[in-house]
Amino acid sequence: MAEKITDKTMDEIEILAKLVLTKAEKEKAKAEMQQMLDYVDMLDRLDTENTEPLTHIFPISNVFREDVEMDSTSADELLENAPQKKDGMFLVPKSIG
Amino acid sequence: MDILDLTATELAEKIKRKECSAVEAAAACIEQIGREDKKLHAFLNVDADAVLRRAKEVDRGIETGIYTGPLAGVPIAVKDNICTKGMATTCASKILENFVPFYNAEAVDRIEAAGMVLLGKTNMDEFAMGSTTETSAFGDTKNPWDPAHVPGGSSGGSCAAVASGEAFLALGSDTGGSIRQPSSYCGVTGIKPTYGTVSRYGLIAYASSLDQIGPIAKNTKDCAALLSVLAGQDSKDSTSVKRTDTDFLSAAGDDMSEMKIGIPVEYLSDGIDDDVKESVLKAAEWFKILGASVEYFDLGLTEYTIPAYYVIASAEASSNLERFDGVKYGYRSSSCEGLHDMYKKSRSEGFGPEVKRRIMLGSFVLSSGYYDAYYLKALRVRAKLKEAFDRAFSRFDIILGPAAPTAAPRLGTSLNDPLKMYLSDIYTVSANLAGLPGLTVPCKINKDGLPIGVQLTGNCFAESKLFQAAYGLEKLRGPWQLPFMRKECME
Repeated sequence: MAEKITDKTMDEIEILAKLVLTKAEKEKAKAEMQQMLDYVDMLDRLDTENTEPLTHIFPISNVFREDVEMDSTSADELLENAPQKKDGMFLVPKSIG
Repeated sequence: MDILDLTATELAEKIKRKECSAVEAAAACIEQIGREDKKLHAFLNVDADAVLRRAKEVDRGIETGIYTGPLAGVPIAVKDNICTKGMATTCASKILENFVPFYNAEAVDRIEAAGMVLLGKTNMDEFAMGSTTETSAFGDTKNPWDPAHVPGGSSGGSCAAVASGEAFLALGSDTGGSIRQPSSYCGVTGIKPTYGTVSRYGLIAYASSLDQIGPIAKNTKDCAALLSVLAGQDSKDSTSVKRTDTDFLSAAGDDMSEMKIGIPVEYLSDGIDDDVKESVLKAAEWFKILGASVEYFDLGLTEYTIPAYYVIASAEASSNLERFDGVKYGYRSSSCEGLHDMYKKSRSEGFGPEVKRRIMLGSFVLSSGYYDAYYLKALRVRAKLKEAFDRAFSRFDIILGPAAPTAAPRLGTSLNDPLKMYLSDIYTVSANLAGLPGLTVPCKINKDGLPIGVQLTGNCFAESKLFQAAYGLEKLRGPWQLPFMRKECME
């Protein structure tokens, strides 16, 4: 049986996903996630005891380049799309009270 | 013959011979967009003046010998999750509605260096999450064969643009079938290349270990020509692969006498429409006529592909989409108290329901206590799937199968049951999980007048074999008329 998704789990998911949901949205999300996890449970039927997880299809580990100076993006360009900016920096609401 | 009826490589030949110009070709596409796109909504953004300016520049470049390649002068559409300098790139999401990149994706730099003319940006499922283009925040796209049906997704706008004559070529992206499935629904040819073949630099990430950019075209030759332009290692994408076999045009031929084709028995059993099954059997018959051997075999593990895919793709998506927080770019909520409230509200108001669903699932499967049971388990299943394909490709050159279990569904019938929609990706997601190239080529038209394509999957780096086999199928299938061509024939 899949993990039972409780209201507490949904609260935790909301924090991890950085989302705010209405009560109705939360109920719907809970039911949909339960349905999906019940389905995903099928994976347990496959024995993977001696199988290593495959994160990448090719055996690439570290990809290095020569340590040479290259052009980088200007601060002005980076700030072009900022919703709010001030003095060449991103402006955000107050983070401490 | 109308200029729009030409294939991309035919058009480029004519431009080279000065029988027409890049400006005439671009103007013909702009005119067709004006005629068709109010109904179809394949495009999110077209700047006609900029297109014609660029086409003029390309004509000059062809004249002076800057652009000499086999696609110089050809108008091309680009999916809206691929960054274009100075042109809005929205991922069909409210959260990126006003985002204007200051750089081009590597794929866009490459099409421009090849002398192609960028027409505009095409509609898609929001952040490429969906199978119908209905999750777009800016409205759906209609199927050019029948506007009551979806074009498929997530590259639905790109496939509809090519099928309607609005573009000669298009770029799509494929994370779980997003090039191959809409290509089948729209009667066009599309390929997801081997993972790492096309740089992902400037492709707004959904699931980085699965995402690939690929070409969508009217036929196999155009598809091969465009992939030759796109393929190549890029230092800006550390997962891109160094390949020397990227001249896919010269690799083409249709001799099939040495080819071994395998059809997984489970692909033709449950939940597949009769007309799709008939298409696969027809293709098998054509391969035999061409001298290939065709055999049924047990691929195995097929039922595990969808659950493994959704766990892995959602996990990667939840991580990739963390960057959209209302600070550096994109939508910021106007009513927020403090920094964290701003993150949460901007994301909640900016993302659509399907994107939130996957972010939440991904956050859960990566969370402490569940990581091993869900995420690591899915990665172990992925390794098993790769082994199954390795075994299959020790016996066969190509795996033949459907691209989707049905022809294009009607609009408005897919989103109410997410799991059912996910299951329609059953034949395509395994190529992403195993990094394999997969190509869809149109095969027949069903009784409702909708096209059906078949999918050819090859081993890693075996694109040339796929093109060769697709040429063979095209030869026996005969000329393929897209809907706008049919209309003009009837008039």
